[in-house]
Amino acid sequence: MLAQHLFNGLMLGVIYALVATGFTLFFGVMDVIKFSHGDVVMLGAFTALATYAAASGAGITHPALLLAFMLAAALGVMALLGALMARVLVLPLRGAPAINVLLITLMAGTAIRESVRLFYPQGSNPKPFPRLLPEGAFEAGGFTLRYDSLILLGLGLAAIAATGLLLERTRLGLAIRAVAQDPETAAVMGIPFRATVLATFALGSALAALAGVVNGLYYSEVNFGVGLLLGAIGFSSAVVGGLGSVWGAVLGAMVFAALQTAGALVVPGGSAYRDVFAFGAVIALMTWRPAGLLAERSAERV
Amino acid sequence: MPPVGAKDTVRIAFIGPLTGGVAANGLGGRNSADLAVRLRNADPKAKYTYELMVLDDECKPNVGVQVATRAASDNSVIAGVTHYCSTVAMATVDVYKRFGLPVVVWGAVLPDITYANDYKEIHRVNGTMINQNETAAQFVTGLKFRSWAVIHDTTDYGKGHNKYFSEALTRAGGKILGTFGVTADQQDFSAELTRIKDLKPEVIYFGGTTPLGVRIRSQMDKLGVKAVFQGTSGIISDAYIEGLGTLAEGTLAFREGAPVEKLPGGKAFLEAYAKQKYPEDPEAYGPFAFAATNLVMDAIERSGPDRRKVRAELNRTRNVDSVVGRITFDDHRQNSVPLITRFVVQDGRWVVWEDSDYATGKRALAKR
Repeated sequence: MLAQHLFNGLMLGVIYALVATGFTLFFGVMDVIKFSHGDVVMLGAFTALATYAAASGAGITHPALLLAFMLAAALGVMALLGALMARVLVLPLRGAPAINVLLITLMAGTAIRESVRLFYPQGSNPKPFPRLLPEGAFEAGGFTLRYDSLILLGLGLAAIAATGLLLERTRLGLAIRAVAQDPETAAVMGIPFRATVLATFALGSALAALAGVVNGLYYSEVNFGVGLLLGAIGFSSAVVGGLGSVWGAVLGAMVFAALQTAGALVVPGGSAYRDVFAFGAVIALMTWRPAGLLAERSAERV
Repeated sequence: MPPVGAKDTVRIAFIGPLTGGVAANGLGGRNSADLAVRLRNADPKAKYTYELMVLDDECKPNVGVQVATRAASDNSVIAGVTHYCSTVAMATVDVYKRFGLPVVVWGAVLPDITYANDYKEIHRVNGTMINQNETAAQFVTGLKFRSWAVIHDTTDYGKGHNKYFSEALTRAGGKILGTFGVTADQQDFSAELTRIKDLKPEVIYFGGTTPLGVRIRSQMDKLGVKAVFQGTSGIISDAYIEGLGTLAEGTLAFREGAPVEKLPGGKAFLEAYAKQKYPEDPEAYGPFAFAATNLVMDAIERSGPDRRKVRAELNRTRNVDSVVGRITFDDHRQNSVPLITRFVVQDGRWVVWEDSDYATGKRALAKR
């Protein structure tokens, strides 16, 4: 029982972390909140679904090959879309009040969501997501560990670790961190500001696409509204962890998943209140640590 | 001066969820109402030309009240065919009462919509969840199942189903091991289902609509919860089967009225619907929207486009043949639908229980 709850919570946490990382990256380089992020998650999942339909229509049946195509298409298209949104929605508003970016991305998110509903065939219905991972499960007592869930968990954790490494070990990561700290000085040092911002938005949006695909494979279902709550949770996780810090976002996501699972288990009257409980606890956490659990040291930003 | 022979145009409002998670049902209802209007307008004997004012309540009570007010305060609208979602239908009854707009509810099943007040404006062609759950409890205990876990969404709709089913089940001798209220947009049910797995019920009863039903059934499989999945009229939709594929097999659900293809006018309805080439299916409640629209237009034909007269005409409805069977309104203008049809999913279709391989014993519902 407990092991099952722990695994369920961990799986939720990984999906949330993939979403939260995007929020924190965008805030890091541009000091903006991109509210369409949840809908990019959803669009990533639908892109994968469309790729699946196209590829299986073209006669490809090998599950691993199909999955590779789906991931490549979803991550690639979302990365391009992320960079495009940064280029046309976020960069031109640099210097405008932050609330303008927030609003414009909020509207972009609604446009994405409604477009999928209207233009994807029967887009208002929940869609079955193909089961491409090996079936079967490991059973012990009341604990069921499905192989597909385990693979998804590994995939999510690997993506988070790779993002961490990319930020800390590569030139691109160095550039992103430099721009996050001080764009002017970074520019003086020869770091191209626009290119770095575009790369960051591409990276964050690719992670969102991955979250969408993992979410779809885990639940075997995707619907056009899935990004709403995922976006809200990803954003809260990033804030709880400390906006601007990747490991903070991951920690925040795990905390949120743990709170939700615990909320469903310990709150009397049951699971109806689990989101109330989780978001309530988040409010309490934010009062206690306004800058987040792993707040950036202020010196880094000055 | 209108040209000689031209008819006056009369407007009717259609309100349902055209966007959001249950939009498939709303669009099916809208198309069916539209079909009724088109057929009537093509009829040379009709006294008026009808125009449908289509509004989206998004299955949200606040939006529902807004659009209901818009329709009711527009004097050119004579009557309405309104609401699939119980929460919305419940929130809007006062609006129709205040503006004196007669409406016929086409899909919402909460009993209170007609029974909590005595509003002469509110009629309903579909049955309520009381009858539905009574039959459900007796039928499933009759299949020798004894223990249940209940999941319901915490809207008026889900809570109503929980209440009426739990009462009926206890009377029928079934045992409820645990009840779980969940929010109507919840994505992850692993915590609830893990607890249910521990309780080992034979059946999981779900009071809610299609999107949640799809998620819960799918996640039962992920977590290895082996139980029969029993839903309500809220999951009887093609979208439920499309969302689950083969996992939908063996799901039970119940709905008022006979299945449309078995009714006298059902075949004609389905053929006429197909001819219009609507992109969406009529879904389970499309025939009710079709019948409600016809009922409204019949009343207008008889009494003229006047809200009070149309209301009186609708109040008097007795033994009217329609695509959903004979319609008779009781003292609360509720259609008495004596027949509850039992459905099971077989080979990717909602099949009437009596016609299924499960009834003949060729297939068996999963037992632990």
